[in-house]
Amino acid sequence: MSVTVYIPCDSAAIGLGAERVAKAIASEAAKRNIEIDLIRNGSRGLYYLEPMVEVATDKGRVAYGPVQVSDVAGLFDAGFLTGGSHPQSLGVTDEIPYLKKQQRLTFARVGITDPISLDDYLARDGYRGLKNALSLSGADIVKHVTDSGLRGRGGAAFPTGIKWNTVLNTPSEQKYIVCNADEGDSGTYSDRMIMEGDPYVLIEGMTIAGIAVGASQGYIYLRCEYPHAHKALNAAIAKAYAAGYLGDNICGSGEKFDLEVRLGAGAYVCGEETSLIESLEGKRGLVRFKPPLPAIKGLFGEPTVINNVISLASVPIILDKGGEFYKNYGMGRSRGTLPIQLAGNLKNCGLIELAFGVTLRELLYDYGGGSATGKPIKAVQVGGPLGAYLPESQFDTPVDYEEFAKLWAVLGHGGVVAFDDTVDMADMARYSMEFCKIESCGKCTPCRIGSTRGMEVLEDIMQGRDLNKNVPLLRDLCNTLLNGSLCALGGMTSYPVLSALNHFPEDFGLSKQADAA
Amino acid sequence: MVNWQDNLPDINSGKYAATVMFPTEQRMTGISANMPKVQEIINNLKELPGALLPILHGIQDELGFIPAECVPDIAKALNLSRAEVHGVISFYHYFRDTPPGKHTIHLCRAESCQAMGSKALEEHIKEKLGIDYHETTADGRFSLEPVYCLGLCACSPSMQIDDEVYGKVSADSFDAAINEAGATA
Repeated sequence: MSVTVYIPCDSAAIGLGAERVAKAIASEAAKRNIEIDLIRNGSRGLYYLEPMVEVATDKGRVAYGPVQVSDVAGLFDAGFLTGGSHPQSLGVTDEIPYLKKQQRLTFARVGITDPISLDDYLARDGYRGLKNALSLSGADIVKHVTDSGLRGRGGAAFPTGIKWNTVLNTPSEQKYIVCNADEGDSGTYSDRMIMEGDPYVLIEGMTIAGIAVGASQGYIYLRCEYPHAHKALNAAIAKAYAAGYLGDNICGSGEKFDLEVRLGAGAYVCGEETSLIESLEGKRGLVRFKPPLPAIKGLFGEPTVINNVISLASVPIILDKGGEFYKNYGMGRSRGTLPIQLAGNLKNCGLIELAFGVTLRELLYDYGGGSATGKPIKAVQVGGPLGAYLPESQFDTPVDYEEFAKLWAVLGHGGVVAFDDTVDMADMARYSMEFCKIESCGKCTPCRIGSTRGMEVLEDIMQGRDLNKNVPLLRDLCNTLLNGSLCALGGMTSYPVLSALNHFPEDFGLSKQADAA
Repeated sequence: MVNWQDNLPDINSGKYAATVMFPTEQRMTGISANMPKVQEIINNLKELPGALLPILHGIQDELGFIPAECVPDIAKALNLSRAEVHGVISFYHYFRDTPPGKHTIHLCRAESCQAMGSKALEEHIKEKLGIDYHETTADGRFSLEPVYCLGLCACSPSMQIDDEVYGKVSADSFDAAINEAGATA
């Protein structure tokens, strides 16, 4: 009987050599006349152990990692196909503490199944949410989502149920479901993992959204930097059509929902919902004024639900187990789980899905294992390039939208990027302004001109020129960006800049007290 | 409504090769041989709602860039002005109007990669190739482009060469990767 071996097809695992390892294992098995069944699964998210090879044994799946091509012959010699011991042995995968301590709801299947196998998806509770949704009225589906307390996981944390309800109650012949898969924040990769590792959960979530609000067409706006996700989504969509989970008569219900992937073209600002809609319409990604809200006048002027990948991928479990089930996770007004992504200078980077409430310190040290370089962690940026930098004194903050807001910080899309003590925070602030300059859509003046001026002022500050004049000027400029910009790109660039200045004044050539403005 | 462009001479007729809107960019570079292919892409996609980005992707996938010569045809098919089409091409970082090198290297410049030494790597790469961002080596083998996140932040620093992704890139592993890519050139 052939043994089943799992090697991820996740792009980060491939970046670490998974493709070569898969080939080496296949050819070594052929050489030794051993029949194996090689499955390309998604990643479990334990990237510090990738490429992680798993073998199905009678004890359950056992893991080995990180495996390189040079380890392959040794693994066969050690009998890894029957769970044999080897220096790279990690034991039973589900017992690895990094994984075992997590609460995986949205990521329940990622890393376990073959992402493109509809049978795998169905065998592991797939399409149960849709089945329930088909027996409910649109208003009842929306009620489940509202009851779950789910808030937009893209970063803005707007209650998903309220958005859906607005679209439901806006009459129109044509409505749209748009998935924002323009995951451009540095330090985030949870959307990518879902799309590469469990694309059906996103397709199911969007289908449920369409049935709930009466939208018959969906678009996934995917960033072009994710070619692997593009392939996986298209393959899964084709299979979902063939099996009647998409199209004119979903599961024989008479409901109609079509779905198409559209590619972005490398503009960060298109992660902003109105800019994304412009881009989908075939225009430059210029931000729109709000109101009207996209829920009332969105894509092609029609009512549009526009949600992030993780928000939509959390919908199937909410419809399967009920809004109350999801709501029982979390703290305060942050309900459910958040897939947190550890990145940057950490020993054990990876995806950690946990209920809200875990502290940054637990994430950085218990999971992350401290810095990769072994030096003290000086700062972490949470929530992407528009998120604040947090110093060590704030590491006990729990992961919760409101707790972060109190610190003038954001959770955003849940990316955590750690920096060791070699980082120059003035230079990071300068980079934030440069990034805003490069990515500004140019529609509003504070963002278009302010980012260039911000770079210039920060360069002066870094040269030590006229600090008494330039530091107040920088603060004033940040204030203008914050209050005068049309969208979060200009507005929130102030977060990393001012938090760097406030928490690390010494990097700007100021003494700790001098700049207590 | 009358499309004002309808009264302009056909850009492909030859007699009007260096033309009105893009006098400096409008050089015939042997692209004319690809024009039937471009026209086919346009015809296949023009009925899509919001067809412009799919068309531009289609052309760039086929030719490696979007020649200025294509702009009038796209504009005509979608009932847009040439300025609108040009505006979209120039807005998006991914679209290019010049031919890329044989291989395109996308190097991540974002925070996570910076936290893991991408600036030193960037210097190494620029020195090794002798080019800056948005440039192509003199032998036409490599183009270097910055990218703001490949989503490989758990294995920073990262880069992409053509369709291949690379995590935990060092100066040595970069050299090995371009040697490998170069070998297939």
